[in-house]
This record gives sequence, C-alpha cells and structure tokens, in this order.
Amino acid sequence: MTENQLNPDLWVDQYADYLFNFAVSRVSDAEIAKDLVQETFLAGLKSAKNYKGTAAERTWLIAILKRKVIDHYRKINSNKGKAEVRINYSDQSDSTGDWLEEQVADPFSTLENDAIENDELGLAIQECISKLPKKQSEVFVMKTIRGLSTDDICNELGINPSNLWVMVHRARTNLMGCLNENWFKL
Amino acid sequence: MISCEKASIICNKKQYKEATLLDQIKLGFHLLYCKTCVSFSKKNTKLTMLCDKANLHSLSVKEKETLKERIDQNI
Repeated sequence: MTENQLNPDLWVDQYADYLFNFAVSRVSDAEIAKDLVQETFLAGLKSAKNYKGTAAERTWLIAILKRKVIDHYRKINSNKGKAEVRINYSDQSDSTGDWLEEQVADPFSTLENDAIENDELGLAIQECISKLPKKQSEVFVMKTIRGLSTDDICNELGINPSNLWVMVHRARTNLMGCLNENWFKL
Repeated sequence: MISCEKASIICNKKQYKEATLLDQIKLGFHLLYCKTCVSFSKKNTKLTMLCDKANLHSLSVKEKETLKERIDQNI
C-alpha cells in the first residue's frame, strides 16, 4: 500500500489557492492562471491512475501545473512571427549605440532577486495558511487577501465582529510562528 | 489602562486600519510599559508587511464552487 493517495474531492479546498498563486506569478494574468489551475485539476483526474503515491499530492499537482504553464507559453508563441526574436538597441526608441555593453543586466542589481523572493514568499505564506484550521484560514483570507470589510465577512459567515477578531488574532499568531519556522530560518 | 488581551485586539485592528484614534492612543500608552506587547506588535506589523510584499492572490468562493463542479463532472 502506498503512503499517499489522491482525494480529488478535497483538491479545490486544499490546493486551489496555492496552485493559483504559483500560476499567477508565472503568467501574470489572473484569468489565464485560473484556466491553468482548472486544466491542472482535470489533467490530474485523467491521469490519476498513473499516480504512484511516491510524491505528495500537492507536489504532483504542481508538476502538472508546471507543464501546463510551459504549454501555455508554447501556444502563445506558436502564432506566426511571435517566435521570432527581435533585437533592437532599445525597445522605447530608435536610437543606436553599443547595445551589448549598455543593455546587459546589471550584475550588481538585486531588484530581480526581490521579485523572485516575493514569489517564494507568497508560496510560503500560502503553505502556512493551508495549515491553519479551516475557520481561521477562511477569515484570514477574506480579510487580508481579498480585503473584504468586517461587516461583509460577518454577514457572510454569520459571526459577530468580536468573534472575527479572535479568529484573526489566532490566525495571525499561528502564521507568525509558521513563517518563523518556514521562512526566516531557511 | 488596558489589558494585554485588549491591546492585541487593537493591534490586529490596526493592521487592517480599523482601529479608532482613541484605541490607538490606548494601545500606544500600553506599549510604553508592556514589553511583551511591543514584541507582538512588531511581529504583527512585519506579518502585514510580508503579506503586502508577497502580493497574494486567492480564488473567491464562487470560483472555487465552479472549479469543484467541473471536477465532479469529470470524476
């Protein structure tokens, strides 16, 4: 018997946000990312019998999503002419110059690292959120990520504001501990 | 004088810019003498900063429902 098993019923609740963040950071378009996540789930169902159980469910789904992202870029690039690489001195103007020396990436710049680091940070936070109890993560996501107002959340979940703040407090304390472990100690 | 419990709630509200001015003054006063809450407040602010920086995204409940339906159809 293998250790890991697939539970497609729980996929959306457990991994949708994680996969969505992963996809958004790679295609920079929420709509496309949403489609990719859906395709990933469907492809996962189709090849569920090939799942050997050696990798965790999420790792397996991420692997599929990675292929889907690559496929997406292949598709948009296969339109005629787009695959062609054009090299101009500058995209903004027609000016000319020693482009090789002037246009290479600055080796001392750390701006690019920031973007990569923020993507990873996003996944780390998402992972910590998925470890929270369901109620806490629900409230935290609505409040922090979707930025809903306190009243709206209370109405939707049928709780009172002081309940909500207790939930937010627990979620935040848990997240601080989790991020301390997973992010700052790495 | 407010309790640490109360201070933490105000601190959380502050992260979402929902603390009233009076609350914030109360909290500021509490932070003058309570080291534990100072440390909590610092960590809490840092968490907010990290969440902002990470530019998190999430699917709404409705979008998740449609996803679930699609999966159910294909099981």
